[in-house]
Amino acid sequence: MNYIVKILAILFLPVFSGYALADTINLGVAGAHSGDLASYGLPSVKAAELVVDDINAKGGVLGKKVLIWAEDDACKPELATNTATRLVSKGVHVVMGHICSGATKAALGIYKDMNIVTMSPSATNPDLTQSGNYPNFYRTIASDDAQARLEVDFALNTLKITKIAVIHDKGDYGKGLATFAKKFIEQSGKAKVVLYEGITPGAVDYSAVIRKIKRSKAGAVIFGGYHPEASKLVSGIRKKRMNTIFISDDGVKDDTFIKVAKKYAEGVYATGPKDVSHNPMTIRATKDHQKKYGKDPGAFFLNAYSATLALLNAINKAGSTKYESIRMSLNNDFVDTPLGKIRFDKNGDAEGVGFSMYQVKNGKYVELKE
Amino acid sequence: MITENFTDTVLYFIELLLGGLTRGSIYALIALGYTMVYGIIELINFAHGEIYMLGAFTALIISGIMTMYGYAGISVFFTAMLVAVLYSSAYGYTLEKIAYKPLRNAPRLSPLISAIGMSIFLQNYVMLAQTSDFMPFPSLIPDFECLALIDYMIGGPELVILITTVFVMICLTFLIKYTRIGKAMRATAQDKQMAMLVGIDINRMISATFIIGSALAAIAGVLIATHIGQINFYIGFIAGIKAFTAAVLGGIGSIPGAVLGGVVLGLTESFATGYVSSDYEDVFAFALLVLILIIRPSGLIGRNEMQKV
Repeated sequence: MNYIVKILAILFLPVFSGYALADTINLGVAGAHSGDLASYGLPSVKAAELVVDDINAKGGVLGKKVLIWAEDDACKPELATNTATRLVSKGVHVVMGHICSGATKAALGIYKDMNIVTMSPSATNPDLTQSGNYPNFYRTIASDDAQARLEVDFALNTLKITKIAVIHDKGDYGKGLATFAKKFIEQSGKAKVVLYEGITPGAVDYSAVIRKIKRSKAGAVIFGGYHPEASKLVSGIRKKRMNTIFISDDGVKDDTFIKVAKKYAEGVYATGPKDVSHNPMTIRATKDHQKKYGKDPGAFFLNAYSATLALLNAINKAGSTKYESIRMSLNNDFVDTPLGKIRFDKNGDAEGVGFSMYQVKNGKYVELKE
Repeated sequence: MITENFTDTVLYFIELLLGGLTRGSIYALIALGYTMVYGIIELINFAHGEIYMLGAFTALIISGIMTMYGYAGISVFFTAMLVAVLYSSAYGYTLEKIAYKPLRNAPRLSPLISAIGMSIFLQNYVMLAQTSDFMPFPSLIPDFECLALIDYMIGGPELVILITTVFVMICLTFLIKYTRIGKAMRATAQDKQMAMLVGIDINRMISATFIIGSALAAIAGVLIATHIGQINFYIGFIAGIKAFTAAVLGGIGSIPGAVLGGVVLGLTESFATGYVSSDYEDVFAFALLVLILIIRPSGLIGRNEMQKV
C-alpha cells in the first residue's frame, strides 16, 4: 500500500498544474464542497482561509507562507480516497478534514501510509479515534458517545452512584445514547445497571415504568431522549415522592423542559454543548467571517477554525513539518482556540471540547464547572 | 429482586394495578365518545381525538386568563372545564354539520375519509393558531390531603379520573336507557327510516350524540392534561388511537364495553411494563386486541350485529 501510493503520487505529480512549492506550508482542506452536504463542508474552507490570512499577515509559520489546497469529496467514501491521493500528490503537510465520518475513514488509510496528520472538525464516529487504527487522526469535535461518557462519569465519579436505571425513548438518538451509557457503566465495574428499558414517546403516562424504577432501587436514572418524555418522567418520579437523581442529554437541555416540568425540573442534570459564545476568539472569528463573507458562519465553523489553528500551531511549536514532531506537539502543547484552550489525548480526541454538565437551579440551566 | 419480601411484591402488584386502572380510565373516557358516535351512525369519528385536544387547549387558555386575574384553586378548574365542554361541544356539532351530514347517504368510506381530513385539519389549525411547542398545563386538581399517606400509589388527579369515568359511564347508561332522548337515540341507531316515520327528528338526535361525545372528550382532555401536565397539538392523535383500540376491544357501540375495553387495555399495558418490559408495552396491548377479536369478533361485550339489508 505504502509503495503503491508513493508511486501513484509520483506518477500523478506532473499531471496537476500547481504542485506545492517547497518553501510554503501546505494545508490540505478536504470535505464536502459540493453536493447535498456542501453546507457542512464549505464553512470549514472559509474557517481555514480566515485563519491562514491571519497567520500569513503575521509572517506565516516557521517563516513560510501557508497555502490552502482545498479538495472536494462530496462526503462520499469512494470519492474521498481520490481526494486524499490528490492532496498527497500536491505535497500537503497536514490535512484539515474530512467532514463526514464515512469519507474520513476511507481517506485516513492513505494519509496514514503517507504519515500525514489529519484533523477533522466534524467526523463524530467513536471508532475513528477509539479503535486506535489511525494514530494520525485528530478531531476538534466530541464523538457520538461523548455525552454518554460524560453522563456516566458524572454519575459514577461525582455523584458516586452504584445503581443506575438506563431509560430511553426507543429513538435513534435516545437509544444510541442509552446503549453507550449502559456499555460504559458495565465496563467501569463501579456500578450496576439495574434497569434498562425503552418507553413509548407520547404515551399518556409512565407510571408503570416509574414504579419499576422505584422497585429497582436505582440511585439515578440516565435518560436518553427528548424533553417531552423527560418532563413526564421527572414529574411522575417526583410526584411519587422519589428523590431519584435524573441525568439526561442535550435533547433535554432545553428551556421548554423547565417550562413544562416547572418545580419538578429543579435539580435535574443534563449534558449540553459547552458554552463558548463568550470566548473572545469566538467573537473575533465570527466577526471576521461576517466582514469577509457578509454573513454568519455555517456548521462546524468554530471546530474547523480551531482545527486549523491547532494544526498550524503544532507545526510552529514542533519547529518542523515532520510527522512525529507534529503529533508530539498536538498531544502536549495547549493551543488557544474558539473552543477553549485545547490539546489532544492519545486517541486524538480534543480534551475539554464538546459537552459540559448542566443542572437546573432556580429554573435555569447552570453549567457545572469542574 | 430475589431478596424482595412478600409485602413488597404485593405492594408492587397493587401499584401496577392502580396505575393500570388510571391509564385504563383515561382511555375509557375518550373511548366513550368514539363508541357513542359509532353506535348511532356507524362512523368512526377520527376527529374525536382532536376534539379532546381542543378541550385541553381551551382549558389551558381559560385557566391562564383566570390565573392572571388572580383566581385560584377549584373555581378555576370548574370554570375551565365548563368553558372547554361548551367550546368542544360547539366544535363537535359544527364538525358533524360540515363534514359528516352532507355525506350521510354516501358510501361508508366517504365519511371516514372526511373524518381523517377533519382530524388533520384541526391538528394543523391548532398548530398554526397556537404553537407547535409543548405547553405546560397547570395542575388544576389539588393533591387531596386525605391521600397524603398513599399518594405514592394514587394521587388526586388519578382518583378524580377514576371517579369521573365511573360516574360518566353510569350517567350515560341512565341517559340512554331511561330518558326520552335516550330512547330516541336508540331508535335512530336501530333504524333511521323507521325512527323518522314515528316522528323522531333524527338530525337532532345525531347532533345530540356529537354534542355529548364532544363534551366527554373535553372532560377527558382537561382531566388528562392536568394529570400529565403538558399538552401540544398532537396529543389527540395518540390518545385517540389508543382509545379507539379500547372501544373496539370492548365492543364498539357499547358504553360499558368502552369502559371495560379501556380498563383491560390499561391493565395489560401496566402489567406488561411492570413484569416484562416497557419495550413490549404496545406489543402486548395489540396482541391482546388481535386475540380477543379472533375469539369474539364483536368485542368483549359487543352485540353480534346482524348485517342490515
